[in-house]
Parts: sequence; structure tokens; C-alpha cells
Amino acid sequence: MAAIYSLYIINKSGGLIFYKDYGSKGRMDTNDSLRVASLWHSMHAISQQLSPINGCSGIELLEADTFDLHCFQSLTGTKFFVVCETGTQHMEALLKVIYELYTDYVLKNPFYEMEMPIRCELFDINLTQAIQKDRVALLGR
Amino acid sequence: MQFFGGSEISPSPPTPTTTTGNNAHMIYIFNRNGVCLLYREWNRPLHTLNPQQDHKLMFGLLFSLKSLAAKMDPTSADKGNLGVPQLPGQGCSFHSFRTNTYKLSFMETPSGIKFILVTNPRTSDLRETLKYIYNLYVEYVAKNPLYTPGTPIRTADDRSC
Repeated sequence: MAAIYSLYIINKSGGLIFYKDYGSKGRMDTNDSLRVASLWHSMHAISQQLSPINGCSGIELLEADTFDLHCFQSLTGTKFFVVCETGTQHMEALLKVIYELYTDYVLKNPFYEMEMPIRCELFDINLTQAIQKDRVALLGR
Repeated sequence: MQFFGGSEISPSPPTPTTTTGNNAHMIYIFNRNGVCLLYREWNRPLHTLNPQQDHKLMFGLLFSLKSLAAKMDPTSADKGNLGVPQLPGQGCSFHSFRTNTYKLSFMETPSGIKFILVTNPRTSDLRETLKYIYNLYVEYVAKNPLYTPGTPIRTADDRSC
């Protein structure tokens, strides 16, 4: 799979439940990542209000000058979004894979409380395997 | 971004690939204070809010998304704080976002004029089109001696999309 800069998972009320940084310059501290997550949650909802056509389900892709942001919203309202380099392909597939890992290792964990921050070891291990971070390629830019 | 010397007004604008009829749903132009200078719609079956609220919501969304993009920029080490207004051109800015029902393309000029085009989601990159519209704005609005900056555009000369 491709290399990404960071991954965020937000619960249905907009609170950040998982954040992992894979190599952006200037790491965000916890407070900033919480703010960014809630901001994204609100923007996602507002974008549905501004749609000229019925049936909008929110922002799926945000393209900026130096990065792209892909977002996947599950049917229950949980949002998964990744920040990656511009023009990276197959992010939708990666998000689906992460969603599957979430359902397998987080939701099926009997000790996990819904909507709470994710602290599941198996999820972390499998996630790291799924996201093969290509450090050399990123640093080489 | 090259605003001068890069793009001249050509007789035919670079057309995004389209099937038939109008490709765009709506266009908005805002100035840096949030005044909506122009709003045109060609195809908008769904109106969620009244026009005033709609303009304010659109401006607010763009302001916050710009702030978010500047903060989330993974390639710069020093980012401003969320919510601090950014100067045009400062920090990383987004140029489009896509949902399942529409695609919004955005361009901000150095003077703070924001151009927004809402089209169908399959449209390709519209930055050249927005630059063309900006050139039209410069020629017919900014250079119009009877136009007061900061007021809505009322002439018939700008409707060339």
C-alpha cells in the first residue's frame, strides 16, 4: 500500500478516537489534533448543507497544494481520514482496509467502549503492517 | 501562482470536458471581508437555506477549510494556530474538494478575492478556468470606473461563463 502522512479516526460526535502520524514535519500535539478532528467533523457536515443536489454524504477528497486528504465515512457515522501526498492513488482502498481492521480488532474487542479513544494493541500492530511506511521515499523529497 | 503574464484572455476559455449544456451548478465570488460579490446558479435543484445564510455558510466553510489546510500541511514545520486569519497566499491552501454529489473548486487571488465554482464531481482540475474567470473579473469589474469595490457586481458584462 502507499505511504501516508497521518491517519485520524473520529467518532460520530466528532471526537478524535485515534491519531497516528507517519512522517509529517512538525508533529501536531494532542490538543491540535483534537481541534483539527472536530473542525473536520463540522466541515464535513456543512458541506452536506451546501450541496446543490440531494443525497450528499460529505467531503470525500480535499485537494490542497502540498497534500490530499481522503475521507471515508462508515454507515454508523465514524469517519476515517488520511493525509497523503498529492495525487496518491488507491487511498479509497486503503481506507476500506483500515475500516476492516477497525471492525475486526476494535469493535470486536469486548473491552473496548464505543466512542472512546482506541487503545487496542492488535489494531496498532495490524495497522502498522497495512501501512508500509516508505520512510526513504518521503525523506528523499 | 502566476497571476500576471501567465494567462491572457483568449477567445475561447479552456473548457472542462463536458457532455452537453452547462457543466457548472453555481458560482460564487467573495471579497476578503466576506461580501458576496457575485452569485449565479444554473442548476440547483436543492436549496437548503435562504441566500443570505447560504452565502455566509459558504464563506465560513471556505475560511475554516483554508485554516485547516494550513494547519494540516505535512510539509511545513511551523504552522500558525487554528483560527488565526491567514493572509492570502500564506500557508498551504486547498484548491478543491469533492463529495459524492458535487465538486467545489476554489481560488484566492492575492487581493483576497475568492472564486468558487460548484460543478459535478467528475470535473477535472478547474484552476485554469478559475484563472480565466479572474481575468474577466479584472477586465470588466476591477477596471470599471463605475464599480465600487466591496459591493455586489451588478453589470451584465461579467456573465460569460
